[in-house]
Amino acid sequence: MRSASGTESAGLRLLAARLLLLGGLIVAWHVLTATGVLPRFFFGTPSLVFERGAAWFAGGKIYRHLAITLVETALAFGSGTLLGLGVGLWLGLAPAASTLLEPYIKALNAMPRVILAPIFAVWFGLGILSKVALGVTLVFFIVFFNVYQGVKEVSPVVLANARMLGASRRQLLRHVYLPSATSWVFSSLHTSVGMAFVGAVVGEYLGSAAGVGYLILQAEGAFDVNAVFAGILVLTAFALLLDFAVTLAERRLLRWRPAGRATVAREAASLPARDS
Amino acid sequence: MTARAAPALALEGITCTFAPSTRGALPYTALLEASLQIGRGEFVSIVGPTGCGKSTLLNVSAGLLAPTAGTVRVDGRPLAGLNRDAGYIFQADALMPWRDARANVAAGLQFRGGERGETLRRAEEWLARVGLAGFGDRYPPQLSGGMRKRVALAQTLILDPKIILMDEPFSALDVQTRQLMENELLDLWSADRKSVVFITHDLEEAISLSDRVIVLSAGPASRPIGQFPIGLPRPRDVAEVRLTRSFLELHREIWELLKAEVLKGHAQRERD
Repeated sequence: MRSASGTESAGLRLLAARLLLLGGLIVAWHVLTATGVLPRFFFGTPSLVFERGAAWFAGGKIYRHLAITLVETALAFGSGTLLGLGVGLWLGLAPAASTLLEPYIKALNAMPRVILAPIFAVWFGLGILSKVALGVTLVFFIVFFNVYQGVKEVSPVVLANARMLGASRRQLLRHVYLPSATSWVFSSLHTSVGMAFVGAVVGEYLGSAAGVGYLILQAEGAFDVNAVFAGILVLTAFALLLDFAVTLAERRLLRWRPAGRATVAREAASLPARDS
Repeated sequence: MTARAAPALALEGITCTFAPSTRGALPYTALLEASLQIGRGEFVSIVGPTGCGKSTLLNVSAGLLAPTAGTVRVDGRPLAGLNRDAGYIFQADALMPWRDARANVAAGLQFRGGERGETLRRAEEWLARVGLAGFGDRYPPQLSGGMRKRVALAQTLILDPKIILMDEPFSALDVQTRQLMENELLDLWSADRKSVVFITHDLEEAISLSDRVIVLSAGPASRPIGQFPIGLPRPRDVAEVRLTRSFLELHREIWELLKAEVLKGHAQRERD
């Protein structure tokens, strides 16, 4: 068995290796574009990309755009999750309705929903709403399918036990179905927060007057490839931050779920698989 | 029948037929005209070969499953819907994994509208009674199999049910933990004698715990085919009582009947 300090130093080594990889890639990028192996016009150079990004933050130009993109993401994420949770619980508990709607839900899910962006732009204009709508259609299905699955796979023994303990139908919903579905929702939140972001940025890219997607579109129009890369880096950094926020929320709300503990293996036999 | 004479639980001519799971298969009759009675404060074990409908019998008694034919009577009244007088200890883990031990024990009181602080305080008392004082903050996956069974016991007993239905509750535990739990169950039971229906496939467990052992025939279409009063003196220690001569005699007598059913059940499964 490895000691705690042993795993700690191994963790540090891993971090160092990862940073080294990143640094290597940037150096390679710099060398390849500086020597002219890759044309600077199409590939930019790291120094100019960082300069552009730094100028956005220093000059304060980016904050308004970033705020708009993040608001769109948050709204799409929140309303898409709530909608998915509600409809997922409803259809999970109403077999007749779910059988009726099944082919339509499948069709809607199979459809490449980014294609709805022009329609939303017509319906909701070029402001925030059309981006939120696009994000909602992306987030909704992820959450919906997970909740639906979660409700279907509630352990029948836990359910029977709660009934024997005197739970009413409403209490079963509140104390058994909802918490059980929540753990499924959380396994989907990492994907869905990313999707909300995609909805916002793609929506902006296809038609808008503000947002990081709009910044990128503008830079592209001016053949400023360095600014395009800077925009992409900013988006990536914030996507990572959002993902981290979800991890924190997950830790708080799913304290009962033992992640990676020795007891998990023993539980696996009696509990339905939750990780998918 | 006067109220005093009515048994705590009576099954009268219970038949349970399940629709076939695959098309073309025949419906499966788990129980056929099964009748039995559980007296007030009586500890009754039901033994039978694997797949003889023991759990079906219990689910019917709990009202979780409506019988195809026959009547369940609780205190002489026919049962419709869930059996509100009964508590049920399941074979599999039935605790809510998102509630810690204390909140799991308090769940039943909360479902009945108890005030949160008060129910948690009483849950703490019950955890102490089943030997889990100080474990209230643990979530079920952080508890051992034996501890989870104790939580399940407290969760059911806190509601003070008149009848306790137990479906092979200790079958997943190792032998030592199991005997410990059996003794503790007898202690808890003797404190305020409730009616207990204890399902097991372990004849020794059945004899050492019970006032009466009922043998079920091999499935399909099981029914009780014999009952044996267990006159062993109480209080008992489940490990020690197994060494007494009267225990061994009872064991031989019941096993003779049970063995034939086990063989029949075995042959039945071989054929399928």
